[in-house]
Amino acid sequence: MAKSPDQEHPCKAFGWAARDKSGLLSPLCFSRRENGDEDVTIKILFCGVCHSDLHVAKNEWGFTNYPVVPGHEMVGTVMKVGSDVKKFKVGERVGVGVIVGSCKKCESCQQDLENYCPQTIFTYNSHYTDGTKTYGGYSDMIVVDERYVLRFPDNLPSEGGAPLLCAGITVYSPMKYYGMTEPGKHLGVAGLGGLGHVAVKMGKAFGLKVTVISSSPKKETEAIERLGADSFLVTSDPAKMKAALGTMDYIIDTVSAVHPLLPLLSLLKLNGKLVTVGLPDKPLELPIFPLVLGRKLVGGSDIGGMKETQEMLDFCAKHGITADVEVIRMDYINTAMERLAKSDVRYRFVIDVASSLSQ
Amino acid sequence: MAKSPEQDHPQAAFGWAARDPSGLLSPLKFSRRTTGEKDVKFKVFFCGICHSDLHSVRNEWGFSTYPLVPGHEIVGEVVEVGSKVEKFKAGDKVGVGCLVGSCGSCDSCHDQLENYCPKMILTYGAMYHDGTMTHGGYSNMMVVDEHFAIKFPQNMPLDAGAPLLCAGITVYSPMKFFGLDHPGIHLGLVGLGGLGHVAVKFAKAMGVKVTVISSSPGKREEALQRLGADAFLISSDTNQVQAAMGTMDGIIDTVSAVHPILPLIGLLKQNGKLVLVGAPDRPLELPVFPLIFGRKIVAGSCIGGIQETQEMIDFAAKHKITADIEVISIDYVNTAMDRLAKNDVKYRFVIDIGNTLKEA
Repeated sequence: MAKSPDQEHPCKAFGWAARDKSGLLSPLCFSRRENGDEDVTIKILFCGVCHSDLHVAKNEWGFTNYPVVPGHEMVGTVMKVGSDVKKFKVGERVGVGVIVGSCKKCESCQQDLENYCPQTIFTYNSHYTDGTKTYGGYSDMIVVDERYVLRFPDNLPSEGGAPLLCAGITVYSPMKYYGMTEPGKHLGVAGLGGLGHVAVKMGKAFGLKVTVISSSPKKETEAIERLGADSFLVTSDPAKMKAALGTMDYIIDTVSAVHPLLPLLSLLKLNGKLVTVGLPDKPLELPIFPLVLGRKLVGGSDIGGMKETQEMLDFCAKHGITADVEVIRMDYINTAMERLAKSDVRYRFVIDVASSLSQ
Repeated sequence: MAKSPEQDHPQAAFGWAARDPSGLLSPLKFSRRTTGEKDVKFKVFFCGICHSDLHSVRNEWGFSTYPLVPGHEIVGEVVEVGSKVEKFKAGDKVGVGCLVGSCGSCDSCHDQLENYCPKMILTYGAMYHDGTMTHGGYSNMMVVDEHFAIKFPQNMPLDAGAPLLCAGITVYSPMKFFGLDHPGIHLGLVGLGGLGHVAVKFAKAMGVKVTVISSSPGKREEALQRLGADAFLISSDTNQVQAAMGTMDGIIDTVSAVHPILPLIGLLKQNGKLVLVGAPDRPLELPVFPLIFGRKIVAGSCIGGIQETQEMIDFAAKHKITADIEVISIDYVNTAMDRLAKNDVKYRFVIDIGNTLKEA
């Protein structure tokens, strides 16, 4: 008979889990593995609430294995290190993001692209190498192979830094890979949420001109005055959209709802690149003429490898980039999820786990 | 009252034109402009029939104006050059492809990318700088700005070389731009028609491993034995497709009909590139997850600039690459169009204009 979550492993753990597709979270006693030679045991202080947490809690992608403890933007302190651990010591502040394992042998792993390993193990709702389920950061502690742990720079605050572990790397990686870092070039950021607002900040740090492309006129003042965007384009304003045709070198599309690509493609210059990092649950319509007539491309990108995630954190620390967060208590999580579904947050909820998670 | 095609210009010309969306072609008298100081005037010998000609004569893209003289794979011999022409003289063999003009001053023109100039002028069915309609190569003669004329290499057969002026550059340009042009690359080619068969030949000359992806099992032997492809895959055979998943660095998709691209994205390796050169008239479904999880791209490409077209012709001549053609007389052109609509040609019709186009 399968063991219950609290009996699978020797270390008791406690967190909040969704138990069915209502997505409602409630306390769960479970367990973590013994700290192995290459492992680090972390007491979790904060955990960001990513939109993926909501999708998985409600089984919107169809592969949730309940009960699920979400959370893949966690910051904490090292409590224990295994005998072979070289990078960390007890007391250090560290982060854990979207993945906690990979095969370590394939071409992707050897190129520090663990995120593209065919055997990537996700921080929650995956199966670990020992066959047991992985549980995420809405919990008191976690045991992670050191390779998948990030050093948190001293001057990066925990609350504002936690969301970088998913939102940050998800936009940083394609910005580097697709060459969206040439000062003076023009970047469009479609969608101003958890990912989008970080992309604006990073774009400005790269010396780019940044235009936010949004369906909500209300976000304009915020985008320009607080986030530092150079301009703001409302997709439902035909005159403004027309004036912006063929002006952007690249666009990062963070929108995960199904949406038309033609207006975005039209904003690109010749050889322009539209990179999508949002995960709509249905295919999008791709008009081909604009791609052909402008030699444009649509590309994808999926988080980033461990080395690049560390590079991203260091970059953010250097440029003073953090996420804009609303810190909440663990027992607010269900309300937070409802608000997140309506995009009612500027721009990431972060759970103060250490102060508010109690058995 | 608008002038008739015969009255537009001082030099009489004749050809075959479509007069309405039935697409049926018939003789037309029209005219060409005076040979200007930068112009080259040439007798047309051969003209390839591109699938675009069919789309245009039948107004399938919705912007055709009639009468329409198609043809943008044109080869001939120079008879007169303007006083400032430097690259050509009478007697030279010359080719004209899809473009006969551009603005000359934008970034694209400066970068030798006239094909992406917002004011590029197509060889037929477009408005020239003087406000008159351009007419293509299903005609006896043509006047073209020297900048848009391609020198035809001595050893390139005129008839089999003509299709390279559109089909050739259309596949050559993205192969170079997207880095799918050197040994070590595994390239998939979707569709084995006018574009696809030339792409196989270019790819082999570049040392690239080639897999043809087709919906016609009958083309297997042709692809492997005659054209030299390394492998052949039937797109509807799930076992074959499954076995080839994640094996290709790039795919050039020459199919212009609406078709699913999800299986093609699956054939790409991580970071792989799917480049569309056929333009379906309706949007395709883009599954986003596979793009994201494999960091893959879907891109487009449109012919090539003039300099690159010259480079492509010279490359083809060096490697003895020509199109596989069926030479026809102009009188056969309507039958050829019907057969082309059913892909019943290996792989390009070429009209023997010089010998068969007679003034009505």
